[in-house]
Amino acid sequence: MNIIIVGCGKVGEALADQLNEEGNNLTVIDLDSNKVQSVANKYDVLGVVGNGATHAVQQEANIEDADLLIAVTGSDELNLLCCLIAKKAGNCQAIARVRNPQYSSEASYLKRELGLAMVINPEQAAAAEIARVLRFPSAIKIDTFARGKLELLKFKLPEESPLVGCSVKQITTKFHCDVLVCTVERDDAAYIANGDFLFQQKDVISIIATPKNANHFFKKIQYAARSVKDVMIVGGGEITYYLCELLERDDIHVTVIDKNEARCQTLSARFRDCIIIHGDAADQDLLLEEGLDTVGAFVALTNLDEENILLSLFARSAGKAKLITKINRIDFDTVIKELDLDTIIYPKNITSESIVRYVRAMGNTIGSNIETLYHVIKGKVEAAEFLIREHSDVVGVPLAELRFHENILIAGILRDGKVIIPRGHHTIELGDTVIVVSSQRALHDITDILHA
Amino acid sequence: MNLKMVSYILGLLLMFQAVFMAIPAVTALCYGEQELWIFLGIALICLLIGRLMTWRKPKNKTLFAREGFVIVALSWIVLSLIGAMPFFLSREIPNYIDALFESVSGFTTTGASILTEVESLPRSIIMWRSFTHWIGGMGVLVFIMAFLPLSGAQNMHIMKAESPGPSVGKLVPRVKTTALLLYAIYFALTVMQWILLLCGGMSLFDSLNTAFATAGTGGFGIRNDSLNGYSAYVQIVVTVFMLLFSINFNSYYFLLRGKLKEAFTTEVKAFLLIVGTVITIVTINIHAIFGSVGEALRHAAFTIASLISTTGFATVDFNTWPELSRALLVLVMFVGACAGSTGGGIKVSRILILCKSVTKELRNMLHPKQVKRITMDSHAVDHDVVRSVNVYMICYAVIFIGSFLVLSLENNDLVTTFTAVTATLNNIGPGLEMVGPTANYAFFSMPSKFVLIFDMLAGRLELFPMLLIFLPNTWKK
Repeated sequence: MNIIIVGCGKVGEALADQLNEEGNNLTVIDLDSNKVQSVANKYDVLGVVGNGATHAVQQEANIEDADLLIAVTGSDELNLLCCLIAKKAGNCQAIARVRNPQYSSEASYLKRELGLAMVINPEQAAAAEIARVLRFPSAIKIDTFARGKLELLKFKLPEESPLVGCSVKQITTKFHCDVLVCTVERDDAAYIANGDFLFQQKDVISIIATPKNANHFFKKIQYAARSVKDVMIVGGGEITYYLCELLERDDIHVTVIDKNEARCQTLSARFRDCIIIHGDAADQDLLLEEGLDTVGAFVALTNLDEENILLSLFARSAGKAKLITKINRIDFDTVIKELDLDTIIYPKNITSESIVRYVRAMGNTIGSNIETLYHVIKGKVEAAEFLIREHSDVVGVPLAELRFHENILIAGILRDGKVIIPRGHHTIELGDTVIVVSSQRALHDITDILHA
Repeated sequence: MNLKMVSYILGLLLMFQAVFMAIPAVTALCYGEQELWIFLGIALICLLIGRLMTWRKPKNKTLFAREGFVIVALSWIVLSLIGAMPFFLSREIPNYIDALFESVSGFTTTGASILTEVESLPRSIIMWRSFTHWIGGMGVLVFIMAFLPLSGAQNMHIMKAESPGPSVGKLVPRVKTTALLLYAIYFALTVMQWILLLCGGMSLFDSLNTAFATAGTGGFGIRNDSLNGYSAYVQIVVTVFMLLFSINFNSYYFLLRGKLKEAFTTEVKAFLLIVGTVITIVTINIHAIFGSVGEALRHAAFTIASLISTTGFATVDFNTWPELSRALLVLVMFVGACAGSTGGGIKVSRILILCKSVTKELRNMLHPKQVKRITMDSHAVDHDVVRSVNVYMICYAVIFIGSFLVLSLENNDLVTTFTAVTATLNNIGPGLEMVGPTANYAFFSMPSKFVLIFDMLAGRLELFPMLLIFLPNTWKK
C-alpha cells in the first residue's frame, strides 16, 4: 500500500518503522530536511522536504497514487489541513492526529464532516491505558479485546510466589483458574508457552482472561495489589488532562504537580476536586510533603523522559506506590527494562499500534478484519482480534485438525458474549471473535494462521 | 565494520557473477568455441565460493555508510579480478595484469583496450567484453538489489556509493523497486537500440555487442576500426543512443509518468545545450576536412556524443582534427554525462553546482552579509551536497595530478600522458596522439597500467569508495 506520512517527529518515525516493516511503500514529508534525511537513512522510505499541507508538495510525494495519508505534525490545524487537501488532491483515505482537548471532544464530528478515516489522539489513548492499569495495578500493562470482555495482562512474577516452579498446566489443575498464558519473557528471550513450561522468578508473563477470572487468578497466586485510591501525577500536560477526566469518574483522589503556573490555573479551573500544586517536582521535600510515601500510585508525565525516570526511581525508594512512567523520546529499551519501573507508557507506540491496525484492515479486502492489534512484546509477538464474518478454511473445523503455522496460539474465542478458552475440540464459527497470538509478524487475515 | 555482512554481499556478488557468465557461455555454445568450458568452470567456482560465503546469513544486518563504501569498492575489485579470468585462461591475453586492465576497462565502461587486434578474438570473449560494459554501466550492486530482497533502508548506502552523481535520490519509496525501475528502463532502452541496429542490417552478434557497449557507455568495439565500417544509419542510431544513455534515468521515469517539467531538469537542459554548442563549433571547424557540411555534422555529432557520454566509439580518427576541435573534445571529456546515467566524467550537475557556488561566493564578496542558498530546479541544494562536490573536485585534481606524474615517467609526449589519464579517469577510452582512437594502451609499462586501472575504478565509483578503502580509519573497529 502507498502511504504518505506528514511529520517526522516521534510518532512519524515510529510509524515509518512499523509500516515499513509491514511492507508498505512509504513517503515521508517534513519541513526539516535533517529530519527527513535521518528517517530516510534509517528506513526504506522516500523523503520529501516541504510543507505537507501544500498541494505542490503532496504532488511531489505522489498523492495521486497514495492509498492513505497520515498527518502527525505537531500542529492539529496543520494535520487537518493536510488531510483536507489530500482528500481533494488524491483518492486516498486520511488520518489526522488531533490532540487539543477542544478539538478532541469533537473528534467524531470532525471525522464525519471532514471525511477522515480516523482521528487519533495519542495523549487520550495514553491516558486511557494509564487509567486501566490504575484500576488493576498488579499488571504492568493491560490491553482489552472485544470491548473489554477479554483482557491481555502483563505482569512480573515476584520472587516469592506460589507460581514459581509450577508448569503452565498446573494453573488449571492446581490453582483452578481459567486463564491462558500467552507469552513468557525471560532475560532477553520470549517464549510462547506450552503446557509443560515452568515458571521462574522474575518472568514477565502475559495472560489472556476475562477481568473476573484475572482477578481470581491474581488472588490465587497471592499477587493481588489493592486498588489505587489516590494518585500523584507529575507534569500537567495533555495526558494529565485526559487522565484526570478518567480518574474523576472513578472517584480516585488526584494530586497534580506542575511547574507552570498558567497550566496549573487551567487545570484547577477544570478539575475542582483535584489538588493542583504549582511547584518543581524535582524538589524531594515537595514530593514528600504532598505524601509521596503513602500515595497509591505515582505517575510521571513530564516532558523530559530522564526526569520521569528519575522521579519514578525516587518514588520507589520513598514508598510503595504503583509506578507509571511516560517515555516519549529515548530508545534504550534494554536499560529501561532493567530499572524495574513497573509500567512504562510509550505514547508514540500506542499511536502507531492503532494506525498499523487500521492499515492492515485497509489492506484486507475480504471479510475477517482485524479489530484490535497489540504488540505483546515489541517487534516480536503480537496479539490480534479478528471478527469472523465470512466462511473460510478455519471455520467449522475442530482446532486440533487445523494445520497451524508454528508459533500461533488461539488465545480466546468469544461467542454470544461468552468467552471460550479454546481446547482442541472447539471450533471457530461465523460471528465469533477470535484472538490470536503470533510471533511471526503481520497477520492480516484469520486465514494467515494456517499453512498455505 | 560489519565484516560478516560485507562478506555475505561479496558472496552474493560471486553468485551473480556466475550467472553473468551464462551470456558468453551461450555464445560459445552457439559458435562451438572451446571457451565454453572456461566460462562454465569459472561460473562453477564462483557459485561454489559464493554459496559458501552466503551459507549463513549474518545476524547483524546493519550497514552504515562506511560499509556501503567498502562493499562497493571491494565488489568492483572482486568483479574485475574474476572478470579478467576468461581473457587470461583462454590465453587471448597472456599477461594477467593486461587481462585485468581489459576487465576493469570493461566493467568501468571505459573501453580502453590493450588489444591490438580485436577481430580475431573468439566470439564468446568479445561477447564477455561487451557484456561487462552492460553490467558495469548501471552498477552490479544495483543489479543485485533489484533482484534480491536485501531489505532495509541501509542498502541506500550501497546505492549511493555505486550510483554516479552528487546526490542520489530514490524514484519510489523502496530501494528495491527503484533499482528494478532503473534496470527496466536500462533494459528497455538497450532492446530498443538493438532492434534499431538490426533494422539497419547489422548482424545479430554485432548489433548485440554494440548495444551492450553503447548502453553502458563503454566503447569496446568489435572491429579494429571501431564503428567506422558501418553504415551512416548505424552511426546515427548509435549517436542518438549514446546521448540517451548519458541522460539522467530519473528523467525517463518522469517522462513515462507524463511529468514533462520534472523530466527536463536544469541538468538535462544544460547537457543538451553543451552538446549542441560544441557540435556546432566543431562542425564549422572541421567541415573542410570532409567536404560537405552533412558529413562533417554526422562525424562531429558522433564524436562529441561518444566523448561527452564517455563511450569512446569512433567513426574517424579525431586525432587529426584541427587544434580547436581537439581542445573542445578534451574539455567535453571532463564534463561527462548527467548524474544518474551510465556515463562517466565529472558530471554536468557537479559542474552546475560548482559554477553556482562560484557566483555565490563572488557575490558574497560584494555583500559580505548576504545569505544565499544554491538552488537547482527551484530546490535548495543541501550544504552537504555542495561541500561534497567541492571535496570531489579536490580529490579529482589530486588523483589526476598524481597519475599524470607517474605516467610522465614513461617519457611519452605531454598530450599522450595527459589524455591517457583524462580518458581513463573519466571512463572514456580513447584519448589523443599515442592513445588516440586508432591506437591502444598496450605500450604502457606495468606500473603505469596499475595506475590507470586505479583511475578507471576511481572514476567509475566517483573517487570516494576507492579512496576510503586506503584510509586506515575505515578498517578500525
